[in-house]
Amino acid sequence: MNELSPTALRPEGTHLTGWSSVEADWSADQRAFRTASWGKAMMWIFLLSDTFIFGTFLISYMTVRMSTVVPWPNPSEVFALEIGGHHLPLILIAIMTFVLISSSGTMAMAVNFGYRRDRRKTAILMLLTALLGATFVGMQAFEWSKLIAEGVRPWGNPWGAEQFGSSFFMITGFHGTHVTIGVIFLLIIARKVWRGDFDQARRGFFTSRKGRYEIVEITGLYWHFVDLVWVFIFALFYLW
Amino acid sequence: MVDVPSDATVPLSTAEVEDVELYHPRSWVTKYVFSQDAKIIAIQYSLTALAIGLVALVLSWLMRLQLGFPGLVSFIDPERYYQLITMHGMIMVIYLLTALFLGGFGNYLIPLMLGARDMVFPYVNMLSYWIYLLAVLVLVAGFFVPGGTTGAGWTLYPPQAILANTPGQPWGIIVMLVSLILFIIGFTMGGLNYVVTVLQGRTRGMTLMRMPLTIWGIFTATVMALLAFPALFVAAVMMLLDRLIGTSFFMPSIVALGEQLPYRGGSPILFQHLFWFFGHPEVYIVALPAFGIVSDLISTHARKNIFGYRMMVWALVAIGALSFVVWAHHMYVSGMHPSFGFFFATTTLIIAIPTAIKVYNWVLTLWRGDIHFTLPMLFALGFIVTFVNGGLTGLFLGNVVVDVPLSDTMFVVAHFHMVMGVAPILVIFGAIYHWYPKVTGRMLDTTLGKLHFWITFLGAYLIFFPMHYIGLMGVPRRYHEIGDMAFVPASTATLNGFITVVALIVGAAQLIFVFNLAWSLRRGQPAGGNPWRATTLEWQTPETPPAHGNWGKTLPVVYRWAYDYSVPGAAEDFLPQNQPPDPATA
Repeated sequence: MNELSPTALRPEGTHLTGWSSVEADWSADQRAFRTASWGKAMMWIFLLSDTFIFGTFLISYMTVRMSTVVPWPNPSEVFALEIGGHHLPLILIAIMTFVLISSSGTMAMAVNFGYRRDRRKTAILMLLTALLGATFVGMQAFEWSKLIAEGVRPWGNPWGAEQFGSSFFMITGFHGTHVTIGVIFLLIIARKVWRGDFDQARRGFFTSRKGRYEIVEITGLYWHFVDLVWVFIFALFYLW
Repeated sequence: MVDVPSDATVPLSTAEVEDVELYHPRSWVTKYVFSQDAKIIAIQYSLTALAIGLVALVLSWLMRLQLGFPGLVSFIDPERYYQLITMHGMIMVIYLLTALFLGGFGNYLIPLMLGARDMVFPYVNMLSYWIYLLAVLVLVAGFFVPGGTTGAGWTLYPPQAILANTPGQPWGIIVMLVSLILFIIGFTMGGLNYVVTVLQGRTRGMTLMRMPLTIWGIFTATVMALLAFPALFVAAVMMLLDRLIGTSFFMPSIVALGEQLPYRGGSPILFQHLFWFFGHPEVYIVALPAFGIVSDLISTHARKNIFGYRMMVWALVAIGALSFVVWAHHMYVSGMHPSFGFFFATTTLIIAIPTAIKVYNWVLTLWRGDIHFTLPMLFALGFIVTFVNGGLTGLFLGNVVVDVPLSDTMFVVAHFHMVMGVAPILVIFGAIYHWYPKVTGRMLDTTLGKLHFWITFLGAYLIFFPMHYIGLMGVPRRYHEIGDMAFVPASTATLNGFITVVALIVGAAQLIFVFNLAWSLRRGQPAGGNPWRATTLEWQTPETPPAHGNWGKTLPVVYRWAYDYSVPGAAEDFLPQNQPPDPATA
């Protein structure tokens, strides 16, 4: 037990860097992460837990891909499109990835304008993010229906290991659900921003707590996470 | 070791975290039913967990009846026996122990012990309970669906879990998996709250290293649960897909009952890895809160500071981290490369080191303490003995060559019941005897409590010591009836009958406890605010039971660690954490 009083823990005006700042944070009074609000801390920890879910999904997919004795269908061929007479492997996936990554950009801008209290631009950029997200989900739906039309099912497909279809639908479905939930939250919060809830400190319907512009950033954290997960799915499922 | 500044006139710093605005219930329903108050949620969690635990207790009676007196109750046919095993295990481990320690004690103690008004997100906290209740109801629904509950064993190993000849295949397994998924979703909502409250919602002066060990135990366990439950979640989703729409994640090509099933090329071992990547941390998710609580019980009731507080914290963290790299010791008999067996045996045995540190520290805390044989102390002592006994057989089973012959015997059953059944349950009882006065304002009856303790403690040993022996004799586990086996001596049947009789008595004795809970609610002795003369913050609330918001107008300020007992020169033999430094004792 150190001989520390509440005041002695953080002398005013000291600025620590590196490991000493980490140590100071964790030995601190009241909160371990000085600059993180409750909501932001909660989102980070949730994302850590969610990382384990996606990580386990991907590891399980890789395990069944390696353990099955039937050949794995070639993703470049399966996910190719004929456009204007050209055979383009992975073209749709490339567009989807581009759309989703772009939506991260608009989200980051929305967060920026949120902190400048620019109601209109924040809301518009959030709506744009939601629109890009919805486009992504729409293209995902197109891809699903194309594969289903070609005879791919969770329990089998014309080209090889049936785990191909099951892993594909499960992982992209779970990710698509995340994107859809993200779109819904973006719409809800964009509406609140537009209405000026956070300027008037209007209370939440369920929680009766005052909303703050920070929720834009928290939604952004979630959104970037969903994008990042997609990069791994893209690399491990489509490119492998 | 008085944890106060030498200069007692230091003015308080301004609060880093501003006081929160609480949700104020406006009706009876929002106050007591859909309550956002962590204390009410804790009681809801605890009562639900205890209720479903009583169901699991009755299931174990039925199993014991069959094992002790095969064929005595014709109702228990082999299918029902497997259903009993499955539900007993699943309910006890997840719906009772996990929910009670984290949802029950976590919700009650985290805000109070840290000097917070409530959890950081009360609304999400409330949802957590209702989803847990839904999970329990879905689980119970399994008893009523066609075909009954699943009989796959509590580990739900595929392919057997979803094959047609397994009990509960039509509905039971689906209901089980859905219930697990719901439980995990509900737990995550609560767990995020517990973690963030500990990290970001403490009162002034409450540094992490001044937190009571109870909170450290619950906190570490919750972090582990948030990282381990994802594996179970994924496994449950994949098995549900295998069962419902015919994917082959876990299902290899199988010929069952002369018929080639449509499954092809899945990996049953993958499920085992996923399950135990969750399952082994789960053991410590149950054990770490128990470790933390028992540390506080011992320190309080022996009137002595906990020995080696820092080491206790680091041991908790080390156990938590190590428990993520030992899971395959549950799979030695599934077959693995010898060097993996070596790796997992080594990591398993390394866990003994931080665990031993904790046990030594508990004993050294007792050493020359002013030990009061109160009910919580009795249960805490019972825990230490039981945990050491159960832990020692764990060293046997952690070694590959010893585990392989013992793995499918009653020895394993005896081992894990001692170490993660009886031991945590003793802590739960001790903790309820300890904190009931704070929750209700009245003491539990001591005579009834002592009766309950001695029957439970001695009974547990009468049940599980012989069980080790019959396991060593070769009696296999999970068998409905072993009949005449040349290698099993007939005397084990006598012992099995004896165990059953004791188990029935011990189970029935829990009614004493239930009665005590109900009776003391109105007729128990009034407890006052701090009957155990304890230092931690929950005993320093202005009202008992604590009111909504816990602390009246101003939050408490913490000046010292949680273990200032018998400080030389102090007027009392304890100094509450929020007692300002006094020049006389500093």
